[in-house]
Amino acid sequence: MIDPLEQMIRHEGGRVLATLVRLTGDITLAEDAVQDAVVEALKRWPRDGTPHNPAAWLTTVARNRALDVLRREARRTTKETDARLLDQVVLAVGEHTTDSMVRDDQLRLLFTCCHPALSFEARTALALRTLCGMTTGEIAAAYLVPEATMGQRISRAKKKIVTARIPYRVPADHELPDRLPAVLAVVHAVVTTGHHSPAGSLDARHDLAVEGIRLARLLHMLMPDEPECTGLLALSLAAHARRDARLDDAGEVVLMADQDRSRWRHEEIAEAAALLDHAVHLHRPGQYQVQAAIACLHGLAPTFADTEWSQIASLYATLERFTPTPVVRVNRAVAVAQEQGAEQALRLLDQLVPATVDRWHLYWSTRGELLERLGRKDDAVHAFDQALGCSPNESDRRFLLRRRRLIAGEGEHPT
Amino acid sequence: MPRYAALIYGPEETDSSAPPEVWAAIMAEYNDFGATAGAAGVLVGGEALQDTATATTVHVQGGAKGGELVTTDGPFAETKEVLGGFYLLDCADLDEAIRWAAQIPGAWHGRVEVRPVIDFSQGQ
Repeated sequence: MIDPLEQMIRHEGGRVLATLVRLTGDITLAEDAVQDAVVEALKRWPRDGTPHNPAAWLTTVARNRALDVLRREARRTTKETDARLLDQVVLAVGEHTTDSMVRDDQLRLLFTCCHPALSFEARTALALRTLCGMTTGEIAAAYLVPEATMGQRISRAKKKIVTARIPYRVPADHELPDRLPAVLAVVHAVVTTGHHSPAGSLDARHDLAVEGIRLARLLHMLMPDEPECTGLLALSLAAHARRDARLDDAGEVVLMADQDRSRWRHEEIAEAAALLDHAVHLHRPGQYQVQAAIACLHGLAPTFADTEWSQIASLYATLERFTPTPVVRVNRAVAVAQEQGAEQALRLLDQLVPATVDRWHLYWSTRGELLERLGRKDDAVHAFDQALGCSPNESDRRFLLRRRRLIAGEGEHPT
Repeated sequence: MPRYAALIYGPEETDSSAPPEVWAAIMAEYNDFGATAGAAGVLVGGEALQDTATATTVHVQGGAKGGELVTTDGPFAETKEVLGGFYLLDCADLDEAIRWAAQIPGAWHGRVEVRPVIDFSQGQ
């Protein structure tokens, strides 16, 4: 059981980090200063009581810490940058910490962390670390990489932000069409990675989905007039609402058709649908709103058969115009198979360029399912063999093996 | 008088890999060259670049000006294209540098790598 005061202190510390990054221009210095302030608060608040404005208290203490460090360094190196930073931090001493200031700083930090000049992996890691307060170790566990590798990735990105002068600001309105997609993609990737669960690190992955939703909520709150931000939050919630039904008790993947819908969180699906409704009334459609619509239609359907398949198929056709990827085409084929039959669906798959899909197990397994429905058993088994050859993760591999055996008429064997 | 660019290649030095005295020795060698070439009147200018971890590669898609801008973390790594020239840009930050780099024809005919120059007055 975590002490609620400690939890509050850590949460507030996370919120003021963005402000310290703005004041110092240096993520590492800001992290160290906030860490010191949090330690100080953990010592004092239980004894002296919680200050009236916790964020302001933490900001002041962290800022003074940063000032100490900068003063020491300025004496040692007479670096011009440090002197300039010092001026900036001293100037900020009179500033009041307000909620809207914290939010503006968080938005700036999110755009800096998601700058297109950083690698995609680094953007994700930086956002999780600076805005969700995850430790390097937690992020490494979630992405299944050694902690040292993740640490290097993060410190390299921080260094690039400073050395290459990646600016700390929210892009101007006319730049947003170029810059917002990178931010949305990072948040979306965090949630999706959280839902895709390889053996071993289920808890870490679940945390990732929760943190991704936290980021999506933050982004929606910070940019309430951007329908794609709202769409992404709706999509994340609707997908996360199915978390308890995605794997069975033995940890095996359960297809949506077979999921126990009473285990879906219907209140979360309702929230997603309401958010989406708000977003579409802004009349600026985009890929996340379309995906959210699909996820909500699935979520609101009483059974798999009673799903609005024709609507879903046409939404996938719309989505293909925004993002013409094989992933979207395969999903569209699944919906078309429900509505118009496997023959039509196969035709959609046949139009894909083989080189773009022949190493992708979900393409082959979808193909296998469609072939099986058309009674082409040998072709179906061959497709599942191809899927198994694409080195899927362990739980996917077991699932593919089960399906292959069933279709081949070999019955169930323990694996 | 014909002009020549002397492009310097070498192993990547990360800030932790070489001890300060090794750096000092290398710097002394460069200072020596600068003094000699400067006195001879052949040295027009030169800059030291930050390491490749700070590089951003800029490409404008579609083979023509104004196409979609794609930025990638890291240095330009293809071997088919060769170094064809360079500009030195004074910019407030990386966003401005990328904006200008995207106007260089090389950005749509090939790639432009943007790398910060080391500012020795800031005490590296």
